[in-house]
Amino acid sequence: MNTSTAVAIEGASKIFNEGSADQVEALEEIDLQIEPGEFISLIGPSGCGKSTLLRLIGDLLEPSTGRVTVAGKSAHQARLDREYGMVFQQATLYEWRSVAKNVQLPLEVMGRDKAEREARADKMLDLVGLTEFSSHYPWQLSGGMQQRVAIARALSFEPSILLMDEPFGALDEMTRERMQAEVLDIWSKTGTTVVFVTHSIPEAVFLSTRVVVMSPRPGRIDAVIDTELPQPRDEDTRESDRFYAKLTEVREVLRGGQGK
Amino acid sequence: MTSAVAVRPGFLKMAIRRYLPATLIFLGGILLWELIVIVFSIQGFLLPKPSRIATTFADEFTVVVPAGWFTMKEAIGGFAIGAVAGVAIALTTARWTVVKDGLMPFAIAINATPIIALAPIMNNWFGIVNPMAKMSIVAIIVFFPVMINMVRGLTEVDPGQLELMQSYASTPRELLFKVRVPNALPFLFSALKVGTSLSVIAAIVSEYFGGSREALGIYISQQAALFHFAEAWAAILVASFSVIVFYLAITLIERAVMPWHSSIRNVAGT
Repeated sequence: MNTSTAVAIEGASKIFNEGSADQVEALEEIDLQIEPGEFISLIGPSGCGKSTLLRLIGDLLEPSTGRVTVAGKSAHQARLDREYGMVFQQATLYEWRSVAKNVQLPLEVMGRDKAEREARADKMLDLVGLTEFSSHYPWQLSGGMQQRVAIARALSFEPSILLMDEPFGALDEMTRERMQAEVLDIWSKTGTTVVFVTHSIPEAVFLSTRVVVMSPRPGRIDAVIDTELPQPRDEDTRESDRFYAKLTEVREVLRGGQGK
Repeated sequence: MTSAVAVRPGFLKMAIRRYLPATLIFLGGILLWELIVIVFSIQGFLLPKPSRIATTFADEFTVVVPAGWFTMKEAIGGFAIGAVAGVAIALTTARWTVVKDGLMPFAIAINATPIIALAPIMNNWFGIVNPMAKMSIVAIIVFFPVMINMVRGLTEVDPGQLELMQSYASTPRELLFKVRVPNALPFLFSALKVGTSLSVIAAIVSEYFGGSREALGIYISQQAALFHFAEAWAAILVASFSVIVFYLAITLIERAVMPWHSSIRNVAGT
């Protein structure tokens, strides 16, 4: 295995409630390598184990068999070393903390001093365009703004990998497309490796360098599709022929996986 | 909201719209009470007129108000002991889940029993005029809802918020103080607010079983035994006013501690 690989998943499977009557085989024999700076989307129908796979990478779940290596070490060690920034479908802000304090939370846990925390939070809020809302409480923000705070928080400690679990799933289409552009912008500025779970084909194709197409029962990888779209991507990308061609390619693999 | 002058009329209008219905119903209720007593010529020892209660309250002011304060000291003292103990035990359950599993069934069972029934026993334990006899009853009555609610607040945390702290590799201590405790605050304050009226009820009712002559409960039971119902009602007025002040005090603390909370932003009308 190459130590410069960002994420290496080897023969990973996940069985929930193993040995009991409601045993579920969520993932079967997953192999996947992600290079540093890649933007990877995991796409598939509900129950294909894409969120489970994301949690195996982030060491929020342990694989039943196989191995997950992140930045040359075990996923567990990578979590202890704070290599992961996480964003969920819900913004999951701590409602008793102001926007700035939410962004500072991981830095507090990591024992950074106050001046550094504040400087980082200012920088991140500027990056997501929420500087003037830093002293607001989460309930005072719209869903899209809350999700931007969550992204700022995930990036505040410069993690080497950003794990995003359907982060825009709860947003309306307009906000969603704007957020996609923002995430691409942030990705190009920070160079962070991103693993992004979605069930939207256009979202996966627009954002990713590679799209990992999964199918359910048990969850497995059907295809890994290189999007081959030029960077930087913008609104014109969404209307290009190549974009449509890739949408079709992903859709056909998904349909094939469904039919099995 | 550019100037105080511009704010004032709108604010006044809002305040009137908000408090006028309640004020009218209160005044109407008092008036109706007065009229019913007059029209049906109800005997004063059964139900005194509100006007009679008001004048009696003024006459007895120097007796009922100190009596109220005497009883409130028992209520507040017991409340403080019960609340602090409830929070402390709840925090240990968060640290050692075995404590929670062992304790919660009993806590819920005891919370459902009428603890006030222990009042005569506490009078024997501590001595009938010792305020601790009443405070201990108040403390037990406040303890259980505070502890049960606090445990719920410490436990019922959004799973995403827990996963996030896990992804930061936080220590259990950080998880407790940065997530579980703040999450428990709304639960705690709703228990404390229930506790304000519970504590005053407990203090007065345990005084009915005997106690110092300075106490409000003793005053009420003695006046009632002498058919001095206007005096008893005047004392009840003091008790309900004390509960309202106690409740408002807890609400003010709640706002200071949790400026972020939804129950407060709704009141603020933003």
